[in-house]
Amino acid sequence: MKDNFSRTVAYYPGCSVEGTAKEFDESTREIFRVLNVALREIPDWNCCGSTPSHIYDPLLSAAISGRNLAIAERMGFYEVMTPCPGCLKALKGSIEVFNNPLKRKDLLNILDMPFYGRIKAVSVVQFLVEDVGIEEIERCVLFPLEGITIVPYYGCLLTRPPKSAQFDDPEQPTSLDRILEAIGATVPHFPFKTECCGATYGVVRKDIVGRLTGRILEMALDLGADAIAVACPLCQQNLDLRQEQIERYRGRSFKISVPYITQLIGLSFGIDPKKLGWHRLAADPQKLLTRFDKLSKKRPTEPPTIR
Amino acid sequence: MERLRVLALNSTYDESFIRQVEMESGQQISRCYQCGNCGASCNYTCVYDYPVNQIMRLIQLGQKEVVLSSRAIWLCAACTACTTRCPCNIEVTKIMETLRVMSLEEGTVSLKDVELFYKEFLRSLKNFGRVFEAGLLPLVNLRIGRPFNDMELAPLVFKGRKIHLFPSFIKGRKEISAIFDRFESWRRKKEDLS
Repeated sequence: MKDNFSRTVAYYPGCSVEGTAKEFDESTREIFRVLNVALREIPDWNCCGSTPSHIYDPLLSAAISGRNLAIAERMGFYEVMTPCPGCLKALKGSIEVFNNPLKRKDLLNILDMPFYGRIKAVSVVQFLVEDVGIEEIERCVLFPLEGITIVPYYGCLLTRPPKSAQFDDPEQPTSLDRILEAIGATVPHFPFKTECCGATYGVVRKDIVGRLTGRILEMALDLGADAIAVACPLCQQNLDLRQEQIERYRGRSFKISVPYITQLIGLSFGIDPKKLGWHRLAADPQKLLTRFDKLSKKRPTEPPTIR
Repeated sequence: MERLRVLALNSTYDESFIRQVEMESGQQISRCYQCGNCGASCNYTCVYDYPVNQIMRLIQLGQKEVVLSSRAIWLCAACTACTTRCPCNIEVTKIMETLRVMSLEEGTVSLKDVELFYKEFLRSLKNFGRVFEAGLLPLVNLRIGRPFNDMELAPLVFKGRKIHLFPSFIKGRKEISAIFDRFESWRRKKEDLS
């Protein structure tokens, strides 16, 4: 069957969206269908290698994620999009090693596949802002999130370090703010938008995540936010899945919904919350969804239920 | 005072260490003039033994042993706030990454749990081609001697039907383990040369 999408992009999902970040993948696929962009999943993709392979040796990391890039290049793509900023870092690291004349030969020998290093890796957010465009997102909004206050949380890797991110401002990014405004939400200035959440230390050092994620949740709550919009599976895991752990650590109740930006966009596009994976969130989003339904008066159907 | 350590700089100065860090990270260590921006930006200074600006100074002083066995280099989350704010354009994160690689090679990793997690991660990757969360995390918890760590998250994860109960094998997993093997033989060759 020939598809009628206006453009096609290579899509690298990454391991976390197969597990704890499933809703990021589901909502990304859903909204890109509406935005008329076809996602071609890289066939038989492998793990990007993440931090462990990078620590072992950056060359090993470059070869492991290079396999994905080589497959995408073979399919004729010049751009690969990924939802996970961690994977993005690994994919970009591979291109960086390729461009280092001292290391290219070793990389190609270890990879042992034709790889020309001409492909570019971008995050879903960057693709939404730069390739699709905020105007196009705004055009597809059927049910604006009016009256709902959402703070954007960018995390570390989406815009940093500036040299490799090549996207938005490293200190005061606005891309998520602009997307949220385009879909009708109220967006207060969020001072902790790029402060680290504690990364993987949730496993072995809960005090660190308790402190760092804790203050992000507290700030959001103090600003009267109904939700925190995120774009990173690891940040989401700390803010959402570990929220109860952090409540115990801080002695304060949060109960704040932490959806992915793509889930919020999908909601404004009128896509069924279940298809967007809202039922998978750990902090119960039903309050937010009911409020959304009450406030978007144009909605002709029943309130969205997810249970 | 938890830490008060006197360093005999003359007897422990190791110039080859400075050169190695500079070569592997591609950064010029002498450019750091101790403004302290990196340490002030770092969210982890509260748990470090040496704030990141002190790590930079210790490298300038050739203090290989202190630096490579520090907790700081392993508690760094590579959030890149330091790199973003360094007025000398030093990629501090790259230096910290280089130090972790060197610490692993020298066998001076101060946080054994982290090292163990990385090893299990790589094993999962080599065997399956992808990382299998449901298998990896309980295994790591078992091996760090805290089998019930994060148990309370399990119901939340199952509620969202977020976990595959079986690893997803990719077709190219032989290609992945071949990459590992070629990398290992490349590394052995490099070691033989040096």
